[in-house]
Amino acid sequence: MAEITKLIHKYLRHDKKFPHVWCPGCGIGIMLGALIRAIDSSGYDKDDIVLVSGIGCTGRLPVYVDFNTLHTTHGRALTFATGIKLAKPRLKVIVVMGDGDAIAIGGNHFIHAARRNIDLTSIIVNNSVYGMTGGQYSPATPYGMKTTTSMYSNVEHDFKIAELAVTAGAAFVGRGTVYHAKLLDSLFEKAFHKAGFSVVEVISHCHTQYGRLNRMGSAVEMMEWQRDHAVTVEKARQMKSDELQDKFVIGVLVDRELPPYEEEYEKVRKWAKGVDKK
Amino acid sequence: MKKKKRKELLLQGNEAIVEGALKAGCRFFAGYPITPATEISEILSVKLPKVDGTFIQMEDEIASLGAVIGASLTGTKSMTATSGPGFSLMQENLGFAIITEIPCVIVDAMRGGPSTGLPTSPSQSDVMQARWGTHGDHPIIVLCPSTVSECFTLTIKAFNFSERFRNPVILLVDEVVAHMREKIAIPDDEEIEVFNRVKPTVPPEWYIPYQDTPRGVPPMADFGEGYRYHVTGLTHDIRGFPTSRPDEIDPFIRRLFRKISQNFGEMQIGEFFMTDDADISIVAYGCVARSAKRAVIDARERGIKVGLLKLNTIWPFMRTAVEKLVAKSKIVIVPEMNMGQISREVKRVIKSDVKVFTINKVDSTIITPEEIWARIKEVS
Repeated sequence: MAEITKLIHKYLRHDKKFPHVWCPGCGIGIMLGALIRAIDSSGYDKDDIVLVSGIGCTGRLPVYVDFNTLHTTHGRALTFATGIKLAKPRLKVIVVMGDGDAIAIGGNHFIHAARRNIDLTSIIVNNSVYGMTGGQYSPATPYGMKTTTSMYSNVEHDFKIAELAVTAGAAFVGRGTVYHAKLLDSLFEKAFHKAGFSVVEVISHCHTQYGRLNRMGSAVEMMEWQRDHAVTVEKARQMKSDELQDKFVIGVLVDRELPPYEEEYEKVRKWAKGVDKK
Repeated sequence: MKKKKRKELLLQGNEAIVEGALKAGCRFFAGYPITPATEISEILSVKLPKVDGTFIQMEDEIASLGAVIGASLTGTKSMTATSGPGFSLMQENLGFAIITEIPCVIVDAMRGGPSTGLPTSPSQSDVMQARWGTHGDHPIIVLCPSTVSECFTLTIKAFNFSERFRNPVILLVDEVVAHMREKIAIPDDEEIEVFNRVKPTVPPEWYIPYQDTPRGVPPMADFGEGYRYHVTGLTHDIRGFPTSRPDEIDPFIRRLFRKISQNFGEMQIGEFFMTDDADISIVAYGCVARSAKRAVIDARERGIKVGLLKLNTIWPFMRTAVEKLVAKSKIVIVPEMNMGQISREVKRVIKSDVKVFTINKVDSTIITPEEIWARIKEVS
């Protein structure tokens, strides 16, 4: 067995919860691999990791890995994670969500968690569609695309998730793709080490639903699309806006020093006890 | 200087709920402002940080209960407080706490509804929402104070039941009791019984998080203490993993009900007031029980034998207490500030030919002793 496979097996509940629910060729597995590698290289103890998710294909991820795992209600993962982190700050709390989970039903929780700058890492797998329910359009489905609820064409415009996180006040925001797996490893590691709210948007594909309806080909072809349309932050700076028209930016979008909520609340405790004056 | 045995305070119902919560060990509160429950948030935002607890104001009530459940999963006793509109939003995560068996306390200070309704007016119309508001078959425990003192004691009970049975407990308080001020005696700490959830004693590799026990309540491990397990809102097997096997689903759902039903006796809190010889009995709860007590005394002075059963436990419904009542009384009156949510239950449990009369007031004002007395005269 290759070293990398051994490493991944170290973290899987492989004797308990397989086979998994994902379609062959799904990008979530690649993201899970990167997640495990980043956790391992960061040196966290399994007992100190809490992996929280909502509902959907990505929401099914925590059950397969050997951490404290919590599979919550649709869109609400960040609210549960907030409670966990504030009640036991020593835990490393990582939240995995899909695009529908994070920015449709959970959109309000997402911007507020970012605004509060709670020390959580949010990973959002953006496959542009509701996969588990059969391929309906999500707030991340681009204009003009077909889904099972936009069979004529999608007339809504999509949220750019990473940019939304930047505006909402997250301390760290990165974007990668499942094609750029090594970039994902490093983005996850940076996100984990950032004190405050960190977001990594992972561009993925749903060849089973979205790709089929829009004649985008197999999983491999959709990953080639990711390769051809992703531009690094550094390269994007030297490109004109019309050149960036059909592209998306990958890499670290923002990395800023902001005091995390937990630190701020510690001040409140001191004021309340009269140790410090406000 | 001689130390006084009991601390006496003039408190509002909502303030007494806060005192009870802190005595019970509540150290986490997440909420969203809403009348008439806001005082609970305001006071806890001041008091919790003093005792190394955490207060957070969330973006809505859905988020509030989510955060409360998350905090409880780490072993921290947690609570939220709201009113009807917010309670409606909480139904989603209430179901999650029930299926995952995570203890928490939810205060619903009832106001007039439906929808935005009457924010500052009293009502008792959330009785059935508290019972069946979240989807799916489920057990629930609901307590209802009618005095400020009971706000204190029942909040402690709510935490104790929640920890003991691993089920959310709803404290259903009406606007009158939430905002009323009365003198209450705060007992010394040693007089207060506080129950903490049972934790596993087996090593992590032996821990089966949802395994049945004689009481029907499995020990609960805190997140981050070496017991790495899975918690899901999907119907799960005894190890916590999602299942679609009928032979695993059925015993799981039945256990959820059994842990409440087989411990039913422990949860019955109420008061029989002059019922032993009563020809007419009143069944009441919340602020209406106060008017009913006055009406009983007035009726007795006029020579009519009336008694009162005050319900402090609303769910599971106090069937045995009502049965005991109608062994003597052949007439029962149920006054309540809704269209008949508890009277329906009273009628359901009475198997004899006892007549059940109602007083249903939904005009945003309380039911007065005079109104109950008038009904007593009508039916006697």
